[in-house]
Amino acid sequence: MKELTAKSNAEGNEKQKYVFRLFVTGILPNSARAIKNLNTICEQHLKGRYDVEIIDIYQQPSLALTEEIVAVPVLIKKFPLPEVRMIGDLSNNEKVLKELDLI
Amino acid sequence: MKKLKEEKQETNSFKFPKSLTGIQGLDDITSGGMPKNRPTLLLGNTGCGKTIMAMEFLVNGIEMYDEPGVFMSFEENTDELVLNFKSLQFDLITHLANNKIYIEHVQLNPPEVLKSGMYDLEGLFVRLKQAINKVKAKRVVLDSLDTLFYGFGYKILRSEFKRLLTWLKEQKVTAIITAEIGDTFLTRQGLEEYVSDCVIALDNRTTNQITTRRLRIIKYRGSFHGNNEYPFIIDEKGITVFPIISEAFEQESSTQRISSGIKDLDDMLGKKGFYMGSSILVSGTAGTGKTSLAASFAHNVCQANKRCLFCAFEEAPNQVIRNMQSIGFNLEPLVKSGMLTFYYSRPTLQNLELHFLAIKKMIVDLKPSVVILDPITNLMTEGPNSDIRSMLTRFVDFLKTQHITVMFTAAITVGSIERNPSDEGISSMVDTWMMVQDIEVDAERTRSLCVMKSRGMPHSNQVRKFMISNKGITLSPIITGGGKSESDTRRRTKEHLNLSTSKESIGVKEIPQ
Repeated sequence: MKELTAKSNAEGNEKQKYVFRLFVTGILPNSARAIKNLNTICEQHLKGRYDVEIIDIYQQPSLALTEEIVAVPVLIKKFPLPEVRMIGDLSNNEKVLKELDLI
Repeated sequence: MKKLKEEKQETNSFKFPKSLTGIQGLDDITSGGMPKNRPTLLLGNTGCGKTIMAMEFLVNGIEMYDEPGVFMSFEENTDELVLNFKSLQFDLITHLANNKIYIEHVQLNPPEVLKSGMYDLEGLFVRLKQAINKVKAKRVVLDSLDTLFYGFGYKILRSEFKRLLTWLKEQKVTAIITAEIGDTFLTRQGLEEYVSDCVIALDNRTTNQITTRRLRIIKYRGSFHGNNEYPFIIDEKGITVFPIISEAFEQESSTQRISSGIKDLDDMLGKKGFYMGSSILVSGTAGTGKTSLAASFAHNVCQANKRCLFCAFEEAPNQVIRNMQSIGFNLEPLVKSGMLTFYYSRPTLQNLELHFLAIKKMIVDLKPSVVILDPITNLMTEGPNSDIRSMLTRFVDFLKTQHITVMFTAAITVGSIERNPSDEGISSMVDTWMMVQDIEVDAERTRSLCVMKSRGMPHSNQVRKFMISNKGITLSPIITGGGKSESDTRRRTKEHLNLSTSKESIGVKEIPQ
């Protein structure tokens, strides 16, 4: 039974659209790397079914408050639920994929 | 040459820029408050008052120095803080409404937050900047560092903390950063070394079931500061630190005299009584009439239209009044007219600092000429002797700056005074020390009184018979068996000689250690 639901979830994920929000600080090295890494991951695993919003908290500082941002860069997976937060420049590819349920 | 001198004077008058905290006593120890536009690290273990001190720094900044503040809390949220500080009479709601304070609760992700690769805490900086701009803050508090860095690695902690300090300086705000002390990672990481400007440690120690809070300035670059540990208390009005030094220096010694209320005793003290603003100790075994002596003094002071504060640690005020009535001192009308005020409290009720603080507050309100502490030894059950000594020293210093005459009574156990170290400790810091004792004369118990020392005046060396009757206290020479009036006369002559030839000790007041 359990296996069944897990399988159907995985199947669902294949068709599901992913919504990300990436909070960065201008073009600081960590942020630039994070943007690049996220792009690569999305193109490789979620081609055609992802939505990325990049928010520069230097430009929109109030969003840092509403989204409770402390560490930067931070990636928030808004959809599919549950929401997942991951801080860092996303350079550990395998870990990112695992946490995003993509492998 | 002249120019050089002038230049030197100029440098001497240089004052390190500081930001007054408005916290009683702390500004005295730091001679002017926290380093202006620099961060200060406030260390301390749990529950020793870091958050309160930090918040008081902000609130005083708003209320007293017109400097708005930002409180970045990593632990409690705004509602919790507002509620907590309501009991301390900090009106955070009004300040929040007036945009004088801005409290931001930084929700930190759980420690198991996912990490992949490199990151920094720029988000915090952005939020802090925004917060500072919101109220045009001059003061910033970050409470506490441990919670902030919990969950972020040590590497990040080191570099980001350093960056935070530099950043805060650039923002031109006076900041307090609180952090845990002790076994936590902060001190192990040696973070306080990064804060080059000012580090203050708070401490909370329990001895004999009574807790004392203490404050110490570990370092303060560019400024003189007190090096000692200073006890502090937190009451409904916030924090009060007790410095010794600030109160000790500017003492003026009075040459005016104040009568003890007992003519014979005045006679023994160079015929004039005590010095105004001096400290007097009456020590003696139980039942020798210490309280009666003190009451007689109080009675006389009040009759001369001067205020007196009688701190009773043993008997309740109405008991003192009743008992003194029986020896001819009617204290009740004096209490009614407001000349005599009683402070009555059980010593074990609260710690020593709170007692002294309560008395200090009464002194400020009443402005008495005389304060009586009866008996001081009861306070000693309160804590180790060294504690009470330093407290007493500070208290006496405070009274001296206010030109208040203070009389302590001290109950000692039967035995010689030399064998009573606590008494020794006190007697070295008082100006006049009288001892009342029971002695046996011709198989009869006789009360006796002698002046052990009295700084700056010729005093009698005689042991006098000390009599308490319903007409008050009288002192007379002790007549031993077979003693006739002849020996009495001889004694009187001798005493007179004593008085006239006794060396006048120099009236320099030592500051007891």
